Amino acid sequence: MIFEGKQKIWSDYQKEIPSDGWFYVRSCIRQNFFPASEKYFLAVCRDLLGHDIYETRHHTTCGGIAYHSDTIPQETAMTIVARQFALMKEAGYKNLVTSCITSFGNYTEILETWREFPELEARIRENLWKATRREFDKPEHLAHASDLVYKFRGEIAERAKFRLVDKTAGRPLRIVEHIGCHYSKMFPHKGIGGAEYPCVLSGMVEAWGGEVVDYPERRHCCGFGFRQYLVKANRGYSVSNTHKKFESMEPYHPDAIITNCPGCPYFLDRWQYVIAEQTGKTYGSGGFGIPVLTYEELAGLVLGYDPWDLGLQLHQVAVEPLLDKIGIEYDPSAKYLGLDRKDIMRPGLPEVLKCC
Amino acid sequence: MDYFEELCRDYRFKEGYHTCINCGTCTAVCPAAEFYRYDPRQIVSIVQTRDNARIEALLKSETIWYCGECMSCVTRCPRRNGPGLVIMALRDLSIRLGFFTESEKGRQLYPLTKALNGNVLNYGYCVHPATFTYKDHPESGPVFEWALNHKEDVYARLGANYGADGEGALRRIPQEDLDELKAIYDVTGGTERLELVEKYSRAKAAEMGMTMEEYTEYTFTHCSEGHFNDGR
Ligand code: SF4
Ligand code: SF4
Repeated sequence: MIFEGKQKIWSDYQKEIPSDGWFYVRSCIRQNFFPASEKYFLAVCRDLLGHDIYETRHHTTCGGIAYHSDTIPQETAMTIVARQFALMKEAGYKNLVTSCITSFGNYTEILETWREFPELEARIRENLWKATRREFDKPEHLAHASDLVYKFRGEIAERAKFRLVDKTAGRPLRIVEHIGCHYSKMFPHKGIGGAEYPCVLSGMVEAWGGEVVDYPERRHCCGFGFRQYLVKANRGYSVSNTHKKFESMEPYHPDAIITNCPGCPYFLDRWQYVIAEQTGKTYGSGGFGIPVLTYEELAGLVLGYDPWDLGLQLHQVAVEPLLDKIGIEYDPSAKYLGLDRKDIMRPGLPEVLKCC
Repeated sequence: MDYFEELCRDYRFKEGYHTCINCGTCTAVCPAAEFYRYDPRQIVSIVQTRDNARIEALLKSETIWYCGECMSCVTRCPRRNGPGLVIMALRDLSIRLGFFTESEKGRQLYPLTKALNGNVLNYGYCVHPATFTYKDHPESGPVFEWALNHKEDVYARLGANYGADGEGALRRIPQEDLDELKAIYDVTGGTERLELVEKYSRAKAAEMGMTMEEYTEYTFTHCSEGHFNDGR
């Protein structure tokens, strides 16, 4: 009985994720800072594993960052999202997958609000018709791109060229996972594992041979805070919250961090650089930082793609210590080359944070 | 105006405001409360008094602008409140009434509104490399300074479709789609909101003796003493 009870509770935390029939929408932040991650999401899930994921050039932002920075009314944000739903319907798709946690939270909040207040949904339908002459269906399934990678984690493991293991030490790599607040803090039942046991990233880490680090501030916000990062005068908020997380994870000596949201890897990466330059403190060994990866980048490494094709040169924290531990070969001289090995110079080096 | 009644019309408020038992759980998990002189428990508590004068003071205060809208509080409130959602409704009302220019943090709405919606309406995304500068974002590091200086090459190397037709990351969004976004702004009050923020901000800039360029720079970069939890 007790076991069945537990199974029942656990089933409430699960999420149905179809393998195919996905309409893909991109992320404002991931495109800028991790464009190769979006490329490799499609390269792995669509081209390599053969799942049906469709993109149209006509889709846009969901407006989520403008909305959570309080610069547009709720109806504007809802109608932008309704337009994405209309594009999905017109393309003949029923499931929507988004490349961003803010978007995922935004879509979820909108669908839940409409469920509770159907009159609002009716008004948004009118708005969309007036503005664009389009009509929409609500998606049958809504997923974050990491939900799909989680679902396909076994298929990826079967094709893996590398495992998340420290080759020399012969131990699983210690990986910190950061879920991103809007994934399941607002609507826990919409994320895999809910808010209490989110396993969207830990499931990947374990499937690929790593070990997940549990630490006190594991669920603390990365510190984005929308206006708290976007306005220069407020950025102390953002770095302070990241700092709190790093101080908390430091005693566990993580080998890497894997992130869900497009913003979090940027903040966890760049604020390590700022903390190093301002205070002299670094969190990796030998003056390096702790490499911070998107889940697409980690999947790509496991599958054996070239680190510089995956865009790891766009990180401020050097990833080479992690590549060396896993035993991934790379060409240091190719790191900052453009297409066809074009010389496009190299970035300057930080004064404190060690880079390769 | 009865501010409480007005808040009750906001769907975020309908979702996020129920009876608060003042337990302080939201404050305990709140990243903003760690950093700023900020206590979401007190905000919900003040709203709950329905005292118009106290709510008006809140609408004109720095306090409502401290939240990061992370929604960590939503998971934990034993009464299913969402202080972050209540904040969104308070901010919305503060903007509509022009009260946001009364506080330093509220005035930041001007550069935020210009930058984000400029990006949405011109490029189709909230953030775009064309307007992201190293000067405004030194924390993006030497690596991104390099990337921004070699945008076309770096994005081409990483498989983006920067500024070009077709699908892919950072593609050029067709004008007809940008026109639809603009039409959505027009129909849903987005355009009106931009004009409102512009109007109140211009009045405030004039009162502060600043040009709009000076006001933009000042509100984007200036941080007075007194905001922080550690007494600064
Ligand atoms: S949403 Fe705002 S009030 Fe709630 S925990 Fe986050 S910062 Fe604090
Ligand atoms: S957690 Fe909920 S009930 Fe407790 S103080 Fe905050 S809003 Fe009130």
